[in-house]
Amino acid sequence: MGPAESIEDDRVTAAIRGGATRRELLSLLALTGAGLLLPKGAALAADAPKRGGRIRVAGYSSSTADTLDPAKASLSTDYVRCNMFYNGLFAFDAEMTPLPALAESVSDDDATVWTVKLRKGVVFHDGKALEPADVVFSLNRHKDPAVGSKAAALAKQIKDVKAGGPGEVVITLESPNADLPSILATQHFLIVQDGTTDFSKGNGTGPYKCKEFSPGVRSIGVRNDNYWKPGLPYLDEVEYFTIADESARVNALLAGDVQVISEVNARSTKLITSTPGFELFVSKNGDFTDLIVQLDAPVTGSEDFAMAMKLLQDREQLLKSVFRGYGVIGNDQPIPPFDRFYNADLPQRAFDPDKAKFHLKKAGLENATVQLFTSPAPSYGPEFALLMQQSAKKAGLTIDVQRVPADGYWSSYWLKKPLVIGNINPRPTPDVMFSLFYKSDAAWNESHWHDPKFDQLLLAARRETDFAKRKRMYGDMQAMIHDSAGVGIPAFKSSIDAHVSALKGLKSIPTGELGGWTFAEYVWLDA
Amino acid sequence: MNGIVARLIGARILTSALILFLVSVMILVAAQFLPGDVAQELLGQSATPEAVAGLRHAMHLDQPAPLRFLEWLMDAARGRFGNSLVNGNPVSSLIGDRLRNTAVLAAITAAVSVPLSLAAGVAAAILRDRPLDRILSLVSIALVSVPEFLVATLAVLLFAVKLRWLPALSSVSNTHSWTGFMRAYALPVMTLACVICAQMFRMTRAAVIDALRAPHVEMALLKGASRSRIVLRHALPNAVGPVANAVALSLSFLFGGVIIVEVIFNYPGMAKLTVDAVSTRDMPLLQACALIFSAGYLALVSLADIAAILSNPRLRHP
Repeated sequence: MGPAESIEDDRVTAAIRGGATRRELLSLLALTGAGLLLPKGAALAADAPKRGGRIRVAGYSSSTADTLDPAKASLSTDYVRCNMFYNGLFAFDAEMTPLPALAESVSDDDATVWTVKLRKGVVFHDGKALEPADVVFSLNRHKDPAVGSKAAALAKQIKDVKAGGPGEVVITLESPNADLPSILATQHFLIVQDGTTDFSKGNGTGPYKCKEFSPGVRSIGVRNDNYWKPGLPYLDEVEYFTIADESARVNALLAGDVQVISEVNARSTKLITSTPGFELFVSKNGDFTDLIVQLDAPVTGSEDFAMAMKLLQDREQLLKSVFRGYGVIGNDQPIPPFDRFYNADLPQRAFDPDKAKFHLKKAGLENATVQLFTSPAPSYGPEFALLMQQSAKKAGLTIDVQRVPADGYWSSYWLKKPLVIGNINPRPTPDVMFSLFYKSDAAWNESHWHDPKFDQLLLAARRETDFAKRKRMYGDMQAMIHDSAGVGIPAFKSSIDAHVSALKGLKSIPTGELGGWTFAEYVWLDA
Repeated sequence: MNGIVARLIGARILTSALILFLVSVMILVAAQFLPGDVAQELLGQSATPEAVAGLRHAMHLDQPAPLRFLEWLMDAARGRFGNSLVNGNPVSSLIGDRLRNTAVLAAITAAVSVPLSLAAGVAAAILRDRPLDRILSLVSIALVSVPEFLVATLAVLLFAVKLRWLPALSSVSNTHSWTGFMRAYALPVMTLACVICAQMFRMTRAAVIDALRAPHVEMALLKGASRSRIVLRHALPNAVGPVANAVALSLSFLFGGVIIVEVIFNYPGMAKLTVDAVSTRDMPLLQACALIFSAGYLALVSLADIAAILSNPRLRHP
């Protein structure tokens, strides 16, 4: 970066920090545009990615359970690594549209029989060319219980995978599903080599080759010079490890030991933005913390009680004081406002203690005391529960907050207790979200909500290939969840990452932080 | 005297083996009370009943716990600790580097803090109630009452973020050069030393003061022995027993109690490994870690006892 350019940069940044008005900023930028502050061509030069350099990236969770097996991958730490070493058949863009990756093209017969043509000239890190057998192996693994795949439930709908013509794979589904490309774009369906049993080598087709991987310690990827996307990746080396403690993570960034950190707490954002040379990367995300009322539980199990709890969520307060503004208000249904299938016509449910009181009375729980289980396992779980406790007082309800350890929370409290706080990660499509969490027979039907009409609509929408019709169907389903399911969704949490200003090219993909965990492929250092 | 020490060590080894066995049984029993098992923890939110059953079967978790323990015990007796249930790697390879890292950190911390706190403790005892003693006692109380995560975080904020003298992380990969080594270990060692120095100092001071109060020290004083002779010849040998035990207890803390330091400085040691083993219910790894901790603890305490016996003739002839 030339001196003139950095002066200009500093001036704009200082103006923004100093609270410049929109008008002032525009005039400053106009000056820049007219070349008064800047030598000609410098702005263009700054935009062209540079090759080379190495970065150290600190994630937030890691253990000996770290894996390079895409089927077993859990949490961002595995996703980041797997995206460095592997590719999927499809990959999401910023609008969550599945674009072909290792697939070159795809065609379907009634959304049931799918023919995927593989990209030519793709090689694994060990030099073997990508063949249909690799895809067949990668997809079939998920159905073997011994693999312990996290996508076993999704893979159940795949009836058969076989090699078709040269470079072709034919996937036959149990029943039509127009979303197959989206499903194949998710983390667990990354493509590994046929017959792989030892996943510690990370032998995939991805932008980096695995130089070192020690579970719970760190991994190092070096540039794959034979990567099939021309010119990518830009960096020579990416070291990835985790610092579990958030303040230690922020300190490591500010001390210059790492260049990128994920999961910055909203509390630390001010510290980072006020230090020159560092930037936040905030991306909208479908991740939400939810309030679950089991509808068939004794005492609290009723639609009226669930409605009262939903009305007692003080969404604005939660967004402001707990999320510190880094989020989007939710409307008690799981599709976020930035999703293409979002139902914008659904009236926003507001905080209404009086109406809640009315429903509590109907449920026979006026002035009652109920136990709400929470833990730090769902993000902001304890804060959300305490906020509920406060607002419930206004309707005469006493909430006894049971704060339990994060350890074992998902196996012992979530889905087990009648009134708990949960946390759902973003899912690639409304169909996956609804099938996993709201279908009557779903294993994770959190509130034990049953609506046969909803189940029928879900199946009908799955085979519908017309976007407008599908959007209407999903819109109706969002309304049904909003009205009668026992799940309160107060807000969607944006993900906050931070990095040194010299790191460029980050883009937001709503599946997760750090560009849906794919940042390593396309970021570059402006050294 | 050699015979006595040999017999003592032999007896120690036998009881240690028994204690290690009891520890592994206790770990097994305690782990049964933890909610969920390794299959459920691995599958996390996606633990549908059929997925859990399939994974349990693949990991042989559907066999009864006592049977699995017996198999593990037979292998462990032959020095084989099996494979981690979570990632399939041999437990010995998972522990290898981490144990070395922990040992290095513990050794450096001990090398810094033991001489420092013993010298300070003896000095404070001799100059009891003088200004130096007052200052040392005050500082040690202050250090012992500040939790180490606070010490560590403040040290990072000051030396790494503000002054930029030292790295915020203690990455063992940067320790090839002498300066890299020093820089990597400076902050964690400082943090740990703050905690254990204070304890060792206080116990040393108390033990030496106790010894200085004994009648034979008064006798030595009366017969006109010099001040240094009284302390070194008459008082200190009697204080070695309690001091050695205090040192052993403080150092054993370095084996397992440094989780906070490991987390804050991202130092890959044994404590984090053990926490991982517990939270993923990885029994083979957990058992091996627990045995290493217990063995280290037993070894330190035994060494302290032997040191006490060697230094004190009365204990040699029970």
